[in-house]
Amino acid sequence: MSAVPADSARAQQEERENFLVFSKGFLSWALTLDHKRIGLMYLIGVMSAFFLAGILALLIRLELMTPTNTYMNNQTYNQIFTLHGAIMVFLFIIPSVPAALGNFLVPIMLGAKDVAFPRLNLCSFYLWVSGAIFFLAAMFYTGLDTGWTFYTPYSTTTQGPVVAATLGVFILGFSSIFTGLNFIVTINTMRPPGMSWFKMPLFLWATYATSIIQVLATPVLGITVLLLAAERLMHIGIFDPEYNGDPVTYQHFFWFYSHPAVYIMILPGMGIISELMSVHSHKSIFGYRFIAYSSIAIALFGFLVWGHHMFTSGMADVTTIIFSALTFTVSIPSAIKVFNWLATMYKGTVQLNTPMLYALSFIFLFTIGGLTGLWLGALSTDRVLHDTYFVVAHFHYVMVGGTLVGFLGGVFHWWPKMTGKMFSELWGKVSCALVFIGFNLTFLPQFVLGSRGMPRRYAQYVPEFQELHVISSIGAFILGIGLFVALGVVIHSLMRGRKAPPNPWGGATLEWQCSSPPPYYNFATPPRVNDPYDYTPLEYRDAERGWEYVHPPTTDTPATEPEPART
Amino acid sequence: MSAEAAIHGEAHGHDDGHGHSPFLAHHFDDAEQQYDSGKLGMWLFLVTEVLFFSGMFCAYALYRSLHPEVWTFASQFLNETLGAFNTGVLLFSSLTMAWGVRCAQLRQHKGLVICLAMTLGCAAIFLGVKAIEYTHKWDLGLLPAGSYESQYLPGMHHSGPSSWLYVLSAIPALCVVGFGIWYGLSLAKGDKQKSEVAGPLLVTALCYFVGVGIGLAFESAEAGEHGDVAHAVAHTDGEHTVDGHAGDAHAAAAGGDEHATEEHGEEHVEEPVADVAASPAFQSEELNKLLASPGETTMVASAAEEAAQVAKPGEATEAEVDQRGGAGLFFSIYYCMTGVHAIHILGGMIVLTWLLVRATKNHFNEEYFGPVDYVGLYWHIVDLIWIYLFPLLYLIK
Repeated sequence: MSAVPADSARAQQEERENFLVFSKGFLSWALTLDHKRIGLMYLIGVMSAFFLAGILALLIRLELMTPTNTYMNNQTYNQIFTLHGAIMVFLFIIPSVPAALGNFLVPIMLGAKDVAFPRLNLCSFYLWVSGAIFFLAAMFYTGLDTGWTFYTPYSTTTQGPVVAATLGVFILGFSSIFTGLNFIVTINTMRPPGMSWFKMPLFLWATYATSIIQVLATPVLGITVLLLAAERLMHIGIFDPEYNGDPVTYQHFFWFYSHPAVYIMILPGMGIISELMSVHSHKSIFGYRFIAYSSIAIALFGFLVWGHHMFTSGMADVTTIIFSALTFTVSIPSAIKVFNWLATMYKGTVQLNTPMLYALSFIFLFTIGGLTGLWLGALSTDRVLHDTYFVVAHFHYVMVGGTLVGFLGGVFHWWPKMTGKMFSELWGKVSCALVFIGFNLTFLPQFVLGSRGMPRRYAQYVPEFQELHVISSIGAFILGIGLFVALGVVIHSLMRGRKAPPNPWGGATLEWQCSSPPPYYNFATPPRVNDPYDYTPLEYRDAERGWEYVHPPTTDTPATEPEPART
Repeated sequence: MSAEAAIHGEAHGHDDGHGHSPFLAHHFDDAEQQYDSGKLGMWLFLVTEVLFFSGMFCAYALYRSLHPEVWTFASQFLNETLGAFNTGVLLFSSLTMAWGVRCAQLRQHKGLVICLAMTLGCAAIFLGVKAIEYTHKWDLGLLPAGSYESQYLPGMHHSGPSSWLYVLSAIPALCVVGFGIWYGLSLAKGDKQKSEVAGPLLVTALCYFVGVGIGLAFESAEAGEHGDVAHAVAHTDGEHTVDGHAGDAHAAAAGGDEHATEEHGEEHVEEPVADVAASPAFQSEELNKLLASPGETTMVASAAEEAAQVAKPGEATEAEVDQRGGAGLFFSIYYCMTGVHAIHILGGMIVLTWLLVRATKNHFNEEYFGPVDYVGLYWHIVDLIWIYLFPLLYLIK
């Protein structure tokens, strides 16, 4: 399609039929079944949640500038960090990549018109909205102080609105389940002729692995929070020692979901990086099958390691050793991915534009996050580091340095496709630099703090720690400024950005074959399915036309030919 | 231009009458792809359902392995007859559901409506019996851990309809009235489609009361056979003898309370069902009195311990398991599992009603029967979960 010369009639048709303006009015968005619009609505939703929780993070860092209480008392501090953690986890990170970017990209990458169940898709969006309202209302009403993990017995005795918050989590869980279910079915049944499993873009593999976790783990969270609500309402006693119940059972149930949930958060980010690395190095991905299989391996291993959150909760010694050993095995598929990304860049034509810079930051930060996880997975060191700032720094390196940075890279990468506007490269790079510097400044000192014994979740601390806390707080504000710059870049592009070509980066996956932004029907004719990482037929024209196919891409696998033999 | 034609052809596929099913969604290539997607989606949903219940099955396994004596003690309060009857009802409803799928595939319009109506009716019977089981337990104080009351408290014998039953039955009663009126109106107007919906719904609401009736009949038959709950408690002592022993245990349990002893004596002489049904006010009054006086309760507890001394050495005594952290925990798990299952039955009834409405509009045929098939799958999994719940809770001692 991109080979057709851009005459004005065609441009006008594109203008008329693009999914953003094809139909107008509030209801055309609120009741839309178009996966692209739902994806955009999710994007706005998760970004608002992120904004809110980010402000709370800054409030926390402001309080921690001094060793004593400055402007919050301990109770308020507990509520603020609970709110920060819970909103970040349940409202932002879990739906960020799969629901926002995934919704937009999965059908287009498959050359399909929509996801398998468009109404279910809209339903999950509204479940997300209502869960969010429930959740926020509960938290702002009186304030929840249990931490985002709702550990019993504190959560069954505190005065906070635990029942309302858990119901919010329950609803959000179903939103997540339905999204995952939708993607699994879409990827299974709606792949175009010629796209076998091993010709799928790696983002789809990552999304598929994520969806498996969403479908298998989230129901367990659902029943756990339901039992917790029943515990509070009716005192069913399952988690209550007063009735011979066992609070550690709650922790097992909770982490059986919440550890796999960590992979719900990071796997899609890894999928984004696999795309970005290859496209912006203009080189075929190195070790396609290894990256694809490692996504599935991470998803499956993720179910076997939940016990490493509970090494100090009182489990049998043998159990802790087994969980520790299994935890270390997760590092194998993760390292496979990192090595393959690095090998992809080797001898490639690396373009250091904004998405690529974010992708490189991801690799650096995620590697630190992953390696510090080994300290926490080892039993002897975990005894010391458990519940210290070392843990805080570790998971922020994975969640923020990994997922958030990957998410931002993905947003910048697909922003021209989603909105049809190019953003300012210079300011994009500035935002990336600020985020990278600010992030490291915030969380590197926290590793030191933690290893020196600063416990997490305290509003007050001994004066010796102040210096490092101040550095960390300054870093947090730089990080905040960097994120504001990023927000400014995308908003500016909406208003002043120049029109994006269909393929500004030279990607070979199917989404780059339709116009930017795509028409509401995605593809007028079924797109040509080719190797998603073969960049040889693509050539850069100019800023207005972007990358175009010099000759039609090799369609060496016609629709009728059976799947090529797996060697 | 051909591209544009293709766009319009595809985008408005469902209303330009190109000869395919009116229910083929525009983003699917053909009916087969749509059916396969729906089926895979349903199976995945069933996987989430299984995992949803798995948490409770884990809790069950955990507490059963930690406190086996509690399970031995508490499961005797569950009525196997009612459980078995309900199992049969659900199995039969699975048959009618599967038959309904067949009818949909064969375009047997009437057969489909009848099958769906029977499935709905069975679901209602199940809920009716469940209502009897629940309310009976509530009256006996067999509640979740936080509100569980000891079975050694006298004055707790009970049979006959509970006041809770009237509360629970209010909604089905309203449904009977509402659907009855609707059915009458639609018959009067001669609206065939509406009456085909209202009729089965009326039958469904009535079936709830059939379930209640059957439940009550089984309950009272059971009561006549076994005496009362205290007798059942005595059974676990290993003394499988006459009423006299139960009476003794009673007297002991009642401590020095003359009034209660007398009352129980009478009860054993007379027909217990009639007696209790005749004086429900007395029941609650006495119960309240006992609950309000802690001194008496301790006495009761110590007496209960005495009564339980016959228990085998090495095992926890009955007094130890007959408390909130013991049997109470069992009933917590019982209510959670069966309650969530009952909610699934209710959810199933809602989607079955939706199917019924569509069936009366003749939506299903050999090309398009997906929804009936998917709901059928869901209905079977709900049935299957009960197949596990029944032995785990009722049968295994």
